[in-house]
Amino acid sequence: MTARLADPGALARHREALAAVRSSERSVVAVCVGTGCRANGAIDVYQALRAEVEAHGGARDVESRATGCQGFCQGGPLLLLFPEGIVYQHVRVKDVPEIVEKTVLGGELVERLLYVDPPTDLQCRREEEIPFYRHQQRTLLRDNGLLDPNSIDDYIALGGYSALAKSLDMGSDAVLEEVKRSGLRGRGGAGFPTGRKWEACRKAEGELKYVVCNADEGDPGAFMDDALLEGNPHSVLEGMIIGAFAMGAREGHVYVRQEYPVAVERITHAIEEARALGLLGEAILGSELSFDLRVSRGGGAFVCGEASAMMASLEGRRGVPRRRLIHLSDKGLWGRPTNLNNVETWANVPHIALKGADWYRSVGTEGSAGTKIFSLVGKVNNTGLVEVPMGTTLRDIVFGAGGGVPGGKAFKAVQTGGPSGGCLPADKLDVPVDFDTLVAEGSMMGSGGMIVMDEDTCMVDVAKYFLRFLASESCGNCTSCRDGLAILHDLLGDITEGRGTRTTIALVEELADTVEATSLCALGTSAVNPVLSTLRYFREEYLAHVDDKRCPAAVCKALITFGIDAERCNGCTLCALRCPQHAITGEKKQLHAIDQELCIKCGICKDVCNRDAVLVH
Amino acid sequence: MSEREASSEARRAAAMERRPSGALLDISATLTILERYPEQDPGELVNILHDLQAEFRYLPEAALRETAAYLGLPRAQVYGVATFYHGFHIEPRGEHTCTVCMGTACHVRGAPRLLEQVERDTGVAAGATAADLSLNVEEVSCVGACAIGPLVILDGDTHGHMTPDNLSRLVTKLLEKEGPE
Repeated sequence: MTARLADPGALARHREALAAVRSSERSVVAVCVGTGCRANGAIDVYQALRAEVEAHGGARDVESRATGCQGFCQGGPLLLLFPEGIVYQHVRVKDVPEIVEKTVLGGELVERLLYVDPPTDLQCRREEEIPFYRHQQRTLLRDNGLLDPNSIDDYIALGGYSALAKSLDMGSDAVLEEVKRSGLRGRGGAGFPTGRKWEACRKAEGELKYVVCNADEGDPGAFMDDALLEGNPHSVLEGMIIGAFAMGAREGHVYVRQEYPVAVERITHAIEEARALGLLGEAILGSELSFDLRVSRGGGAFVCGEASAMMASLEGRRGVPRRRLIHLSDKGLWGRPTNLNNVETWANVPHIALKGADWYRSVGTEGSAGTKIFSLVGKVNNTGLVEVPMGTTLRDIVFGAGGGVPGGKAFKAVQTGGPSGGCLPADKLDVPVDFDTLVAEGSMMGSGGMIVMDEDTCMVDVAKYFLRFLASESCGNCTSCRDGLAILHDLLGDITEGRGTRTTIALVEELADTVEATSLCALGTSAVNPVLSTLRYFREEYLAHVDDKRCPAAVCKALITFGIDAERCNGCTLCALRCPQHAITGEKKQLHAIDQELCIKCGICKDVCNRDAVLVH
Repeated sequence: MSEREASSEARRAAAMERRPSGALLDISATLTILERYPEQDPGELVNILHDLQAEFRYLPEAALRETAAYLGLPRAQVYGVATFYHGFHIEPRGEHTCTVCMGTACHVRGAPRLLEQVERDTGVAAGATAADLSLNVEEVSCVGACAIGPLVILDGDTHGHMTPDNLSRLVTKLLEKEGPE
């Protein structure tokens, strides 16, 4: 155990000592155990790897390492080999002995585990050859594949905490000025200039000030904050310590969503490690800065991502937002000046402090500087985390890094901004993704969820899905949000179940306006975005539901029927065997038929049919 | 009385009998948990409720009363917090848990069909517990494993690329197993 680092010089010497031990000749096998890979069996792969390396004479020259999310979830479980930079995908436990034997010890490739680029059929050996990575510019996620998130030494060896040392040297005025000049805007969704927020908190009167990290990543389909907290927790901590220095805060909180138990573990461990080295606590690195942090878990309420609701939750109360006539920077947590930034915002800070505002502004657009991480999910070939400069077009993200829509299906829409965002159609694919453009197009940046939808996605159903989510997450304070969203959900239910008319659509629009105008917090005011944006861009789909009682994407159950194609059915009986309703009859090798009275449209017959003979109208 | 109300009544009756054997046992474990928070800071309430739920699988009334007294908070505030957040349960929970991810990515890949399937198979509605306390059916809005969606989590184990048919089989198997403790 290293002793407390007394000053910046001690930190630099510690880093040099680490570098001496970690000679570049050592090979590292890094298994991604981020959320996606973990769910896919990566822990077993990692354990098998450790045992295998052990069996080959110990870990002196070969180090097995479990890392955070490496981003390319589609290829999970992923395995990275250093120093060569080889990427193996879909690694299973049974592949491990061969990887160690052939690649690690023998320097040979296991070709079947390499990524093959579908259009060109080319094998990709290294990250930079894989189109998913080639279309990115990874600043924040770069180190995720390189370090063990439970090791502060790994972080320090890669240059970690040198931004803090530099900041202490610059002085708090200069740090604040640098962050202001960098143009960094809040990554949680609102895009408020971070420097201005910091300045307000710094100027506020009060002995005790707080900085808080918003890790209550509630948007379904978004997991970049989780990836940063799990994969590189010290980058977030370092950002917070620098922020505390610039604002004169003594205490801090990290508010983590309860659904992220691993993130809670990692950040808690990281705080302990930082404390042991004197990077948290009294007189950090021998300076006048004293700052400490604790971790608070959320309770599973989406609304707590809202700043004032989060303060209530941190004080042990129900997470109900308050009117924000008084800013958090004046009266936040426990009535004291408080600065709240999102995980990704904090993770940007060390880069700005170290490389400067000019460097930061050189990436991204005039109004939105830097990179942004998106979680690219849904009907897309390469699901994963994509970090690109602000201003990259939707097309570059969805079709470049994402590799387009699977199964030869047609792209229909991309949903950005989470439940408060909107759905943009194909003719908006060339829109540059930055805070202001997305809002102008009727969507928003949000925290960075990007859900791709294809021809089989019903846009009315999607709007109904978000309303269901938000209606159940409404804290209940404002009538318009609590009841309005529930009624909007029912109205969309009428449309998807064939009871809707054009009047229903008009009513939806009117009520949506009311909810937007009369709700107190952003949950309510933006809840109607999914409905309004789908009505704006996919009105004909709504009209098909109300005028023709038809769901063009064949999703809405009340409007579809299942049938069997006489040409394709070969009478294999599989669908009849699996139908939970016994609604399918037919002799072996004869055409089968579905009894419409019994059919509950569960779709199992369509899933199990090997000949694509089940038709949905 | 509707069918759902009746089943909820039955659940409550069954639950009463199966409650951990008496308040004494509860309280002793509760005190151990509360002692982890020596500052008695009301700001730790949500953290404490998490710890209590990890111990009891739900939040027994006696434990909530102890917590209120310990933190010097009105019982109504503790109860209010325990019922405001989706993560907490104030009724006893079943032995097994089937959680269906209802995140957007899973939704567009067919998650609603999975939920319908498990509801149909087991007769337990989303958010409810089976009358015999064998199973909880839950929804979660995104666990960040969108690449393998739609997915379900059965007693903590994630199963990706799920279809209704496969889910039926997995849930049947799950119910045959001993519960995790």
